[in-house]
Amino acid sequence: MSLSLLIFALFSGGLLAWFSERLHPAAPRWVSVAVLFAATGYLTTVWLAGPSAEGLYAELNVPWIPAFGISLKFAMDGLSLLLVALTLFLGLVAVASSWTEIESRTGAFQFNIMWTLAGVVGVFTAMDLFVFFVFWEVMLIPMYFLIAIWGHENRRYAAMKFFLFTQISGLALLLAILTLAYVNYSISGLLTFDYEILRHAEIPETTARWLMLGFFIAFVVKLPAVPFHTWLPDAHTQAPTAGSVLLAGILLKTGAYGLIRFVVPLFEEAAMDFRFPAMLLGAISVVYGGYMAYSQSDFKRLVAYSSVSHMGFVLLGVFAWNQLALQGAVVQMIAHGFSSAALFMLAGAIQHRLHTRELGQMSGLWARAPRMGVVTLFFVIASLGMPGLGTFVGEFLVLLGAFQVNVTLTVVAAIGIIVAAVYSLSLMQRSFQGPENPDIAAMPDFDVRELSVMIIMAAALVWLGIFPQGVLDLSEPVIAALGVAL
Amino acid sequence: MLQANSPANAMDLLWLIPALPLTGFLILLVTEGRLPNVVVAFVGAGTIGLAALITLLVGVAYVDAGSEPYSQILWQWMAVGDFTPRITLYMDGLSLVMIGVITGVGFLIHLYATGYMAGDAGYSRFFAYMNLFVFAMLMLVLGDNLLVLYLGWEGVGLCSYLLIGFYHDDLKNGYAARKAFVVTRVGDTAMAIGLFLLYRELGTLEIQAVLSGAQASWESGSQMCTLIALLLLGGAVGKSAQLPLQTWLPDAMAGPTPVSALIHAATMVTAGVYLIARMHDLYLLSADAQFAVALVGLATLFIASFTALVQTDIKRILAYSTMSQIGYMFFALGVGAWSAAIFHLMTHAFFKALLFLAAGSVILAVHHEQDISRMGGLWRRLPVPFASMVIGSAALAALPFTSGYYSKDLILLTSLDHAGGGWLWGIAAFAAFLTVLYSSRLIFRVFFGEVVTQPDDKSGLNMNLPLIVLAVASVAGGWFGLSAVAEVLPDGGIDAHEHDGIMVWVTAAVPLVGLLVGCLVFGTRRFDITHLTRSAAAQPLRKFWFGGWGFDTFYQRVLIDPFEALARLNKNDGVDAIYRAIVVVAGSLNRMFALSQTGKLRWYATNMALGLATVVLIAVVLA
Repeated sequence: MSLSLLIFALFSGGLLAWFSERLHPAAPRWVSVAVLFAATGYLTTVWLAGPSAEGLYAELNVPWIPAFGISLKFAMDGLSLLLVALTLFLGLVAVASSWTEIESRTGAFQFNIMWTLAGVVGVFTAMDLFVFFVFWEVMLIPMYFLIAIWGHENRRYAAMKFFLFTQISGLALLLAILTLAYVNYSISGLLTFDYEILRHAEIPETTARWLMLGFFIAFVVKLPAVPFHTWLPDAHTQAPTAGSVLLAGILLKTGAYGLIRFVVPLFEEAAMDFRFPAMLLGAISVVYGGYMAYSQSDFKRLVAYSSVSHMGFVLLGVFAWNQLALQGAVVQMIAHGFSSAALFMLAGAIQHRLHTRELGQMSGLWARAPRMGVVTLFFVIASLGMPGLGTFVGEFLVLLGAFQVNVTLTVVAAIGIIVAAVYSLSLMQRSFQGPENPDIAAMPDFDVRELSVMIIMAAALVWLGIFPQGVLDLSEPVIAALGVAL
Repeated sequence: MLQANSPANAMDLLWLIPALPLTGFLILLVTEGRLPNVVVAFVGAGTIGLAALITLLVGVAYVDAGSEPYSQILWQWMAVGDFTPRITLYMDGLSLVMIGVITGVGFLIHLYATGYMAGDAGYSRFFAYMNLFVFAMLMLVLGDNLLVLYLGWEGVGLCSYLLIGFYHDDLKNGYAARKAFVVTRVGDTAMAIGLFLLYRELGTLEIQAVLSGAQASWESGSQMCTLIALLLLGGAVGKSAQLPLQTWLPDAMAGPTPVSALIHAATMVTAGVYLIARMHDLYLLSADAQFAVALVGLATLFIASFTALVQTDIKRILAYSTMSQIGYMFFALGVGAWSAAIFHLMTHAFFKALLFLAAGSVILAVHHEQDISRMGGLWRRLPVPFASMVIGSAALAALPFTSGYYSKDLILLTSLDHAGGGWLWGIAAFAAFLTVLYSSRLIFRVFFGEVVTQPDDKSGLNMNLPLIVLAVASVAGGWFGLSAVAEVLPDGGIDAHEHDGIMVWVTAAVPLVGLLVGCLVFGTRRFDITHLTRSAAAQPLRKFWFGGWGFDTFYQRVLIDPFEALARLNKNDGVDAIYRAIVVVAGSLNRMFALSQTGKLRWYATNMALGLATVVLIAVVLA
């Protein structure tokens, strides 16, 4: 029951935030913060209470449309718990990062943030494919508005592109879900969208292949993997900071989550036949994303492409489908959540101060804002996979696991680590190092609010890099339950 | 808690050795440069000094306890299935020598830097990076697991980046820093692939388990073992600036001079030597890989010696000399002079730190001039740097009874035992001859002749004391041999190599001949070589040597330029062109059909008639 409360709280919190604008323009963000804190508190108690015998921290199952076998079935296992925790935390970060940036329609803004979060939490916990799809759509639309209304100069184009890519791939997902339920119905006579039942459905081989592809397309567009990635740089560049934080930090993870939760477990044989092309796309994404990042001159675009590169490791790891690679992929998802969110916040903070994202117009910012310099340096180093920080654990485990499956593709992806050093350090030099730009009159350094958010995220990455076992322990039983040999 | 008289307890302090520099780094980080310089110096140099003291304590306890390997488990880093690396510190004779060099020489460099960096705006930032550097290097040599080693390995790469680019407002320095990081990362990636392979084959990354597992699973000459050993060598040549990844080291001079001393003597470039010595069992199983190590070292020491001969920047001369001395260490590892390699690593740390710090004093005194042609006659005005430079160069040149003599001659003599002994010895000895030449050129140009720039000695005791200590070590550091590594390395320590006969005398005579030639050419000018070096025939060769044998140009043309060009070309992402094309097609179709909606009845009627006619025509044809 309590899981529905969590989702309900986020939905209603969004509405409340919207209406509270009438009281005071600053009220909505306080409402968001309060709701998110309450939700985090709830999640903490769930986590501390420990899992049930089936490894679930919370669950809920109520019939919704019995005629079609659709029920509101939610469950939270270790993986869901991790991702929901990341969602709530980055939700707070998103609210904090837009504290002063957003001045118009603050209520509607917070509403869209909260509804995006609600959609994502639903996606991470839904155990009914139809309900999953509903939440998949729910998180998309408020995100569209976040970009289209509060975005930057080219926001309409970017929002439309984001919408079209996600919508068309969502259509593939919907068709695949409906066909899956129908095929199962025609075989077993039971009409259901229940994940656990469909997992064990005997789908004919050819059908399974097409269905797998439908799910796969939807999730790799979201991830995104080359060649479906081109919506991402535009969406990121144009989105307000909070939008970028949510996009990179959480929404991309829904794609990765879908791959882990659905694509392989539902169609294991078909997916394993598809292993090579999928891992190839992963390796290409790692290298091509990194290379594209290097060629960018827009701070946010560069970071956006780096996300393509980092999520390529996840794709590689998921389809390697062994314990090392999968647990690495999970760590990579969490670590990337922190590091990309922080880099987008930095980009936002710089744009807020200088009114530009062009690296060519920066240079020498360290002298103006040394704290921002140190923070950027930290996250740049995290992004290039320095041991001792979370990204390294994720990438190393993925590569170590993938190596057991395909040596060539792993070596290609490992070359991506060199490229990561090239683009990361280039970003650092073009923005904060180099001679001071005389055109920049003044640039205030991070204030306490910004610095504390950054320090928390940095600490999280260090923690993940030195003591990743907490995350690994949460994901291990899930991965075992999904049928990976431990 | 501290009971030094009980050896077992003193060993338990091992974790403090890396923890202290890390603490120093953290203190300097959180105080954001707000501490007064005195306190910064106290924290920066003090933590390293304390670590050196504890190293001494731990070392004594280790020897007292019978030189048994000792490990200290700190925590489980991660556990995924069978992959369970722990953060464990491991100490044996080899790591003891390494931590001794790192903390001992490292402390002297830090102490010197408290004076050298005085008045610099980034004083605190400098010591923060330096402390982190020492921490990373300590983790590298103390790690009991290749993953922990890799943590230190990447850490020193990071710190070298931070320190080479310390004055990052100059773009040139920033590029040098990035170059160092990226070039070494190429090697690191090869090494990482080696680790994946090791884990796949042996199921562990714990060093001791890997070594015993390798012996148990592979036969001598195993291809798998050769492949892994070569991949690890790839990592080693990156960090240790050996061919073909040596190009970052000369540019690394962009950092403040104490950084150069730290990189060249106590940390970073010795990492590759350590790695190969540590993983020696793999190379013993693969004669090919081991010989590759020798060849890499030989090629590097040969090329670097020539290059050093024509450089004009005092720090670049020293940089190329480091490259060639590390080449000697690789050469030693390759010909089976394992202990001599580590011995040379230690003596080199003494004299190279001495040379760099003395060079730093000179550079500071002549107002940051680094071109040796604009120096001269400095010996009277800078006695301590002068004496240091002479002693350091003597050791570098392996003049008899200096520390370098014991280690380098051992390497040369052991190479004679190798199958290809004669010519290996010949090349290495010739480069040793060149070493004396470029060293004497340096000394005579800088300290003798006419005074070009008036020096202004700024060294205080904190700068001169390290020079004096290092000078003593550079002379006496080789007298007592190196027994600590006897238990660890396969050749049973340096005493195992007994050499006598004519070659001992010939080898010892090589630098003396070089000294004679050097004095005649650069000192007395009895043989004026200017017309030779300026001749039309010599100029291209000189240029070729000066540029480091064209490696940089080659990489620029073959790798960097195409990489940059393609990046510029594809800035707008060719993949997106597909989607943009779809948009264009859809848009033009839209316009086309919109055009057809003219609203004129005649136009619609004509079209309908035409359409009907077409349909009828098709029906007729098909029927």
